[in-house]
Amino acid sequence: MSTFNQALIRVLPSGRKLVIGIPFLWLFLFFMLPFFLVMKISFSEAAVSIPPYSQIYSFVDQKLQVLLNLGNYSLLGADELYISAYLGSLKIALLSTLMCLVIGFPMAYAISKARKEAQNVLLLLIMMPTWTAILIRVYAWMGILSNNGLLNAFLMWSGLTSSPIEILNTNTAVYIGVVYAYLPFMVLPLYANLVKHDQSLLEAASDLGSSNFNNFWKITVPLAKNGIIAGCMLVFIPVVGEFVIPELLGGPETLMIGRVLWQEFFNNRDWPVASALAVVMLAILIIPILLFNRSQAKEMEARA
Amino acid sequence: MKRFSFSTLMLVLGLLFIYLPMLILVIYSFNASKLVTVWGGWSLKWYLGLLDNTQLMGSVARSLEIACYTAVAAVALGTLAAFVLTRVTRFKGRTLFGGLVTAPLVMPEVITGLSLLLLFVAMAQMIGWPQERGLMTIWIAHTTFCAAYVAVVVSARLRELDLSIEEAAMDLGARPFKVFFLITIPMIAPSLAAGGMMSFALSLDDLVLASFVSGPGSTTLPMEVFSAVRLGVKPEINAVASLILLAVSLVTFLVWYFSRKAEANRKRAIQEAMEQTASETWQAQPKQPQRTPATA
Repeated sequence: MSTFNQALIRVLPSGRKLVIGIPFLWLFLFFMLPFFLVMKISFSEAAVSIPPYSQIYSFVDQKLQVLLNLGNYSLLGADELYISAYLGSLKIALLSTLMCLVIGFPMAYAISKARKEAQNVLLLLIMMPTWTAILIRVYAWMGILSNNGLLNAFLMWSGLTSSPIEILNTNTAVYIGVVYAYLPFMVLPLYANLVKHDQSLLEAASDLGSSNFNNFWKITVPLAKNGIIAGCMLVFIPVVGEFVIPELLGGPETLMIGRVLWQEFFNNRDWPVASALAVVMLAILIIPILLFNRSQAKEMEARA
Repeated sequence: MKRFSFSTLMLVLGLLFIYLPMLILVIYSFNASKLVTVWGGWSLKWYLGLLDNTQLMGSVARSLEIACYTAVAAVALGTLAAFVLTRVTRFKGRTLFGGLVTAPLVMPEVITGLSLLLLFVAMAQMIGWPQERGLMTIWIAHTTFCAAYVAVVVSARLRELDLSIEEAAMDLGARPFKVFFLITIPMIAPSLAAGGMMSFALSLDDLVLASFVSGPGSTTLPMEVFSAVRLGVKPEINAVASLILLAVSLVTFLVWYFSRKAEANRKRAIQEAMEQTASETWQAQPKQPQRTPATA
């Protein structure tokens, strides 16, 4: 009887296993497993069928055949379009991350120095746009940046230019849009980090004759390292794969990989090439993603 | 001191940068002129015109429905994940679990969307489900990435909690299940509400994931807006966008207001409890000298 009970306990999941199991299973099934499928389909060939790709393995006459088609990957290497799209994405992501950091750091610093009640209101003001559709915020810029838009009207009215400057559908507009959309994601983790700093360190350094700049560079920045990493990754990684902003604000010169992937998938219906693009993008981003996860884990430990 | 004023200036400029475009959008949605760049006086006609647009209204209803389901599921799943991350310190694959929970926050949407679609297609081939893509598949996609946001918000709150209250309940013989629902849940309720509202807003906003995993006849509001916006700026879209902005700011404000109120209530309750115990000990004190001579 007791052995039966033990066997039953072993078979039925305990509460602990159930609590861990449900989210684990969900994330495994709907987040991790799909990546392996993407990898699998990146090795197949495009076909005129539903779904539009060929099977990579077949079992005929007791022979299991696995056909790995590397053509999609060699296409990525051979076609200049894809390489420049990857490079373009990385360049735009890198530069806009830097811009966000330069603008966002003083903002986060100012919030962390404000009165406690003011901090909550300011944080809300920063956070609110992240809950608003990115589509709408980008759309708002379309009206402002267009040739007969408000910005050009203002520039011509003030006499700075005589004819409208072409901003919409250029890379400049993409930078404006990206910095605009992702600035809150830089400010929030930076604030969460800066607000925990011990002020007495800065006072001690000042008492010992350190300059403000020296204080900032030698104390505040090293202490804020995890916040800076988290903020930069929260901007950099999604921007590399960004689709909406380059599609709406960018022009033909704006080559970004998210946009190319979208076109391969929706316009060309070439699922294998789109999958190969995603696999390579993920390979490029895996180090930043690991960095982000590590800084996130550290931040969690530091707070506990 | 100099840097302080510089950073304050940056904060003001940054906030202006964030809010000015939205403000302009809202103002222009009341523009009577059909030309979006010319001001033709105030008018509500674009808003009234929206009511006749049945296709748009259908997508609004669909988006709201998905957002409701997503909020409920994401809160349940995200809370569970946050609970595991903060309370179950050691188990096999914990690092992987932590990675799986936080990775959806940064994963480019095109990758998540494409991979989920391929999963649904493969599943339909193998087990015949989902038969067709629509509300269900969009709900699964949204729940997965919203749960990550909920997990971050809730785990921050769980980490702040005083563990001794849960331990006390456990010592008094409450089962872990009971402790969770009677002690832990009420204490983290504000963050659950915040996570739910956040999931609702995120789901209502999402374009890329929905475009990948939706099927024919299940166009959501962002997809509808996107296909219109692609062709340029239109006054009707200004009106829709303003309404979405209004809805989101209202929801945000409500979350903020209620969490503030809950926080204030909690603080007052603690204050009152402390005052009460203080006055009780105050009342108890004069008795003590009376009692000591009696025993002595």
